[in-house]
Amino acid sequence: MSMRPFGILVLALLTGTSFAQSNPIKIGELNSYKVFPAFLEPYRKGWELALEEINGSGGVMGRKLEIVSRDDGGTPGDAVRVAEELLARERADVLMGTFASNVGLAVSNLAKQRKVLFLAAEPLTDKIVWQDGNRYTWRLRPSTYMQTAMLVPEAAKLKKKRWAIVYPNYEYGQSATASFKKLLKQAQPGVEFVAEQATPLGKIDAGAVVQALADAKPDAIFSSLFATDLQKFVREGNTRGLFRNVAVFDLLGGEPEYLDPLRDETPEGWWVTGYPWSELNTPEHRRFRDAYQKRWNDYPRAGSVVGYASVYAIAGALKKAQSTDSEKLVDALAGLKTPTPFGAVIWRAIDHQSTMGAYVGQLARKDGKGVMTNWRYIDGSQVQPSDQEIRSLRKE
Amino acid sequence: MSGSAILLQFLNGLASASSLFLVAAGLSLIFGVSRIVNFAHGSLYMLGMYCAVWLAPRTGFWLAVPLAALAVGLLGAAAEALLLRRIYKAPELMQLLATFALVLVIRDAALWAWGAEDMLGPRAPGLAGALELAGGRFPQYEAFLVVLGPLVLAALHLVLTRTRWGVLVRAATEDREMAAALGVNQRLLFTAVFALGALLAGLGGALAIPREPASLGIDLTVITDAFVVVVLGGLGSLPGAFLASLLIGEVKAFCIALGYSKLTLAIEFVVMALVLAVRPWGLLGRPAAKAHGDALAASPLRFPAAERLACAVLAALLALAPLLSGEYGLVLLTDMLVFALFAASLHFLMGPGGMASFGHAAYFGAGAYAAGLLVLRAGVPAEAAIVAAPFAAALAAAAFGWFCVRLAGVYMAMLTLAFAQIAWSIAFQWDALTGGSNGLIGLWPSRPLASKAGYYWFTLALAGLAVAFLWRAMYSPFGQALRAARDSPLRAEAIGIDVRARRWAAFVVAGFFGGLAGALFAFSKGSISPETLAVPRSVDALVMVLLGGVQSVSGPVWGAALFTWLSDFAAREVAYWRAALGAAILVLIVALPQGVAGIASRWKSSR
Repeated sequence: MSMRPFGILVLALLTGTSFAQSNPIKIGELNSYKVFPAFLEPYRKGWELALEEINGSGGVMGRKLEIVSRDDGGTPGDAVRVAEELLARERADVLMGTFASNVGLAVSNLAKQRKVLFLAAEPLTDKIVWQDGNRYTWRLRPSTYMQTAMLVPEAAKLKKKRWAIVYPNYEYGQSATASFKKLLKQAQPGVEFVAEQATPLGKIDAGAVVQALADAKPDAIFSSLFATDLQKFVREGNTRGLFRNVAVFDLLGGEPEYLDPLRDETPEGWWVTGYPWSELNTPEHRRFRDAYQKRWNDYPRAGSVVGYASVYAIAGALKKAQSTDSEKLVDALAGLKTPTPFGAVIWRAIDHQSTMGAYVGQLARKDGKGVMTNWRYIDGSQVQPSDQEIRSLRKE
Repeated sequence: MSGSAILLQFLNGLASASSLFLVAAGLSLIFGVSRIVNFAHGSLYMLGMYCAVWLAPRTGFWLAVPLAALAVGLLGAAAEALLLRRIYKAPELMQLLATFALVLVIRDAALWAWGAEDMLGPRAPGLAGALELAGGRFPQYEAFLVVLGPLVLAALHLVLTRTRWGVLVRAATEDREMAAALGVNQRLLFTAVFALGALLAGLGGALAIPREPASLGIDLTVITDAFVVVVLGGLGSLPGAFLASLLIGEVKAFCIALGYSKLTLAIEFVVMALVLAVRPWGLLGRPAAKAHGDALAASPLRFPAAERLACAVLAALLALAPLLSGEYGLVLLTDMLVFALFAASLHFLMGPGGMASFGHAAYFGAGAYAAGLLVLRAGVPAEAAIVAAPFAAALAAAAFGWFCVRLAGVYMAMLTLAFAQIAWSIAFQWDALTGGSNGLIGLWPSRPLASKAGYYWFTLALAGLAVAFLWRAMYSPFGQALRAARDSPLRAEAIGIDVRARRWAAFVVAGFFGGLAGALFAFSKGSISPETLAVPRSVDALVMVLLGGVQSVSGPVWGAALFTWLSDFAAREVAYWRAALGAAILVLIVALPQGVAGIASRWKSSR
């Protein structure tokens, strides 16, 4: 007797499922876990939690979900190879993940080539849903443009005349800066941009940058710095008194991943986009937070929400399509409403962007830790350019 | 700019210079004595940061700094005694590979020990505030660093000139064989110097924590900066390293002050290239002492019939792969072929040419971008673009190589790195042409090559022919002249070989085939971004060549295949795959100091 059927039988007995059901739906997940661990470990915990919840309540279409997760090495070349492996060897039905914009765009392009659904969980680049958008790629997080647009009304309200800008010198920082300047000029004609510092990502020379900004004597500063660059900038700025009597806006600065390391250095009064996990008490978030803390004995970060919501989005698309066929899944996602800890979001058919929003608020210190105060949720649907603009960008 | 702004920016430059000097000084010392290009120096700096951040709440900041430096120094001594000591007899660059493996292991060890989150250290007690200065504010701690840099330089200078140990270190730096012949205990000296160098790296890291969070990516950032400083100053020269730190610190500060912040992406490499073009041994360096008994010169290039036959059989087997292997197998094999060609092209420079390059990715990237631009911007079909792209890479190699062949050894290697970094920063910032940091997207070949098998066969044919050509070229009159120039430039000149011209030609050949590999890579991935010409790509190529064995003919091809397979396999199967990869490399090095291809020759000689 050959061993093979016997092995399958044992497997079926062990997992307690019948033959028909032992064939799970596979999600191929890839991300730069070793390159951006601070953001991606919480993300992994987020999707693991969602997976357990969904499978615990019977899976989708009577089948379990399975996530095959890979490290994509943080470069487009490696990521494309990993994605090919997930598709060819693991027979993944859907792709999900990526963090950096260049990696996200490369995998998105592969998804178009291979005609398979790709849920770009983390990348912020506008291009993935605009210039380089394609039928098979859908993005969850609010984009660079959307998050910038969330801050602009608050910036315009202050009626500050002289603005200085500091940004990490790559596509995210560049497009945040460009969008901010464009939108603020529209909202507040006559505004002046008096200094612009483009710093190498992860290598900001904080002392010199802070000094150069101070020399420009700005009334307000717009920053898209994050992670170590932000921490260095904040400490130097505090020591050198750059932030006294200057309004500061910082994209992503309220996400726990970037806010928590600042601790007692947290600059009070900064306007940021972020995620006030401890104070957000909507029923859906409370349920998510409790489950997360129970499962991981840790509090959720922004990445946790992204990972969690991504899996629910894929489950929702599968349920609606009642199929794992890529074309049917893509059609199912268009206009689909899926639950997230921030409330339900809609997957826009026009640009394949979800309407997940973010929280805009101000930073404050509480017991030696940074928190967001005075915050409110801005839905992603309120910060979009016109449909016509989007169509011309997508060349459709 | 006001006078006050100029003064404050000048001080900023001094503060950066001091922290640069601290890490560069140790690297320079280690290189001077042991000739080890210590790739792990940035990792030691990172460990110093983590140790200090971890210790600071327990012991207080000012005690944490020396403790962290000591701990890192001890670790350095252990690494030297347990690992590097075993391989001093191996080809010089093997030690570079070993320290690269340490980088991988240390990074994962830090992740395991301290977790993923960035850790910002405390402010230094007593120096937390700022000085009111010329109408501005200058942090007290940075003023402390401004003073500390010259103090450390003075202390090292005293140790090296006024103590017996220092005299021995200088003697070994001048001529280590002679020092050994005179009875200096090399083992102890090497361990001590390595420990001191590591201690300085740890000190630099520990002192950085009030200004910079400890984070996992810092190792590579620091090591490139430190290399630049050491080479710019002149290898082994501490005053040179100090001068170079000052130059780079000030140039960066004033780039930012004058509103040219975008230049800071690669300004240190521009400075280094300019200085090396005028002063080939750096600011205060001297021509290196002749190493007696160069490992490279020792062995003639052998390509036995059995090895040739094995290669031919393998090529035939590879042609059958699409019939036997699944789709993913072909994807992986295509990657292996591309990198085998890339490694073979670098090997042509390093093996017969005797010129190490730390920036070979420049030509890989040049080929990839040329191919991508031809397809996307000029509408050329992919097949034609693949044929044209290597010429663009060869052109880049001709331009860069013209400068590089005027230098020697590590200076030349660092100039290749500088050019690669300059090319990288252009690709990274020239949005309109290169797509900036996102790169070029949508490069898929058309019909016959669109299938995995089609593209695989195409790659196999091109890469196979190219590698065969490179191997053949090693035995052509050109290759022989190149090897003669490597083994004895003086004698080669005397019999009428134009050494510089041959080396330059070798650069162009290596660039051409590196470019072909890049073009093949671009269409196998469908997109390219600046990472195709970034430092890690160059380092990977170096690792592949060294892993395979720089003295063999076919070794680098095996090295490339093994490295590609290992990183694919390890990334999938092992959680701490970097550490696993590093450990695997270490085991290979200790077991096979001549590289993978050394197994065959060793086996043969033992019979």
